[in-house]
Amino acid sequence: MIWDWNFALNEALPQMLGAFLKVTLLATILGSVVAMVLGLILALLRRSRIQLISRPTGWFIEFVRSTPLLVQLLFLFLVLPRVGITLPAFTIGIIGLGVHYATYTSEVYRAGIDGVPKGQWEAATALSLPPRRKWQDVILPQAIRNVLPALGNYVISMFKETPYLLAITVLDMVAIAKNIGSLNFKYLETFTIAGLIFLAASYPAAVLMRKLEIRLGH
Amino acid sequence: MSGFLSQFGEALPFFAQGVVITLELTILGAALSVVISFIFGLMALSQSVGVRFVSRVFVEFFRGTSLLVQMFWLFFALPLAGIQLVPVATGVIALGLNYGAYGSEVVRGGINAIPRAQWEATIALNMGRVQRMRRVILPQAVVGMIPPFGNWLIQLLKGTALVSLIGLADLTFETQAFRDATGNTVVAFTGALIIYFILAQIFAVLMSLLERRSKASIGQPMERRALGGLGWRLGGSEAA
Repeated sequence: MIWDWNFALNEALPQMLGAFLKVTLLATILGSVVAMVLGLILALLRRSRIQLISRPTGWFIEFVRSTPLLVQLLFLFLVLPRVGITLPAFTIGIIGLGVHYATYTSEVYRAGIDGVPKGQWEAATALSLPPRRKWQDVILPQAIRNVLPALGNYVISMFKETPYLLAITVLDMVAIAKNIGSLNFKYLETFTIAGLIFLAASYPAAVLMRKLEIRLGH
Repeated sequence: MSGFLSQFGEALPFFAQGVVITLELTILGAALSVVISFIFGLMALSQSVGVRFVSRVFVEFFRGTSLLVQMFWLFFALPLAGIQLVPVATGVIALGLNYGAYGSEVVRGGINAIPRAQWEATIALNMGRVQRMRRVILPQAVVGMIPPFGNWLIQLLKGTALVSLIGLADLTFETQAFRDATGNTVVAFTGALIIYFILAQIFAVLMSLLERRSKASIGQPMERRALGGLGWRLGGSEAA
C-alpha cells in the first residue's frame, strides 16, 4: 500500500486545512468582495450614455475576460513593482482574482439590470425619483436578487482558481500540498486531500446555488 | 513605442514557440473534452439510474476539484502509483476531463432543449433509439450546443496557461523564459496577454462561423448580428 494514512491524517491534513482557512478561503472572500463591487461599477460604466466611458469599459471587460488569470496575476506581480507599486503577493492575488471575476460579474449584473421590467423604470420616472434613488431603491434590488445564483456560481469558480496564486509565491493550500508532498514524495496523499477538500466545499455550495435558482424561478 | 516594438520583435521567437504548444494543448484538450462531454452528457440522459449516477459522480467530481489540483495530481501523484504520462498527455487529459465535465452539461442541456414533438415524431415513425438520436435529435441539438461550447473553448484556451506550472513550454512558460533571459518584464507579459487575446478572438470568430454553417445546415435562419469575437459571453449559471 503506497498510501500512508498516518502521514495523510496527522501531518498533511492539519497543515493543509490551516492554509485552506487562512489563505484559500480568505482569498475567495476578499476576491469576491472586489469582484462584486467592481463588477457593479463596470456594469454601470458600460451602460453610460457617454461613449468615451462605455466603449473603453467594454474593451477592458472583453480583454480581461479573454486572457488567462494566471498570466494576469504574473503581470500584476512582476510589472507593478516596476512602476513603483509594491504590494504583498497576497494583496496582488486578491486584486487579480477580483478584477478578473469583476469582468464576469459585470455581465451578470448587466443581464440582471436588463431583466428588470420596463414598467419599473417607467414607474421610477413617473415618481420623478432622482437617479440615485431609482437605482438604489428600485432597479438594483430587483436586478441583483434575480442574478444571485449566477453571482454565487462565479464565487465558486473563483474559489477553485485561488490555487493559481501559488504562481506568485502565495502559500495557499495547494502550494502547501506541493511543498509537504515533495519532502518525501507523498504527493498522492497531499493532492488527493487537496482535491477532496475542494470538492467538499464547492459541491454543497453548487447544490445550494441550484436550489436558489429554482426558488427564484429560473 | 518603437522601443516596445523592437523588444517585442526580440520576444517573437519565444512567443512563436510557446503559441504552438498552447494551440496544440487547446486543440487536443478540446477534442478530448468534446468526446467526454458526449459520453457523459448522453449517460446523464440514460433511462438507467445506475448510468445516470455514474455520470453525475463524474461530472460533480471533475467540476468540484480544481483544474490545477487535477493537473498536479496527474503530474506529481500518478507517477507514484506507477503510471508515468508524458507532460503533454498530462495537460491534455487534465483539460479534457475538467472541461469535459462542464461540457457534458452542455450536451445534456442541448438535447433537453429539443421540443417534445420531435421525440414523438420519431416514435410515430417507428425509429429505433440509435436512429432517433443520430438522424433527428442530435443534428438539431448540436446546433444549440455550439455557442456554449465556444465559450468553453475560450475558457479551455485560458486554462492551458496552467501547464506552464508543470513545466510544459507553452506561451506562458516561454513568456517567463523570455523575461528571465532579457529582464523585459513589461514587454514579455503585455505581449503574452495581447497574443492570448488575439487567439481568443480567432477561436470566437471560428465558432461563430461554425454556428452559422450548422444553423444553415438544418434550415434555421441565420441571425443578423455582427460576426465575430467581440460579444461572446459566458452564461452565468454555466460557470460553476
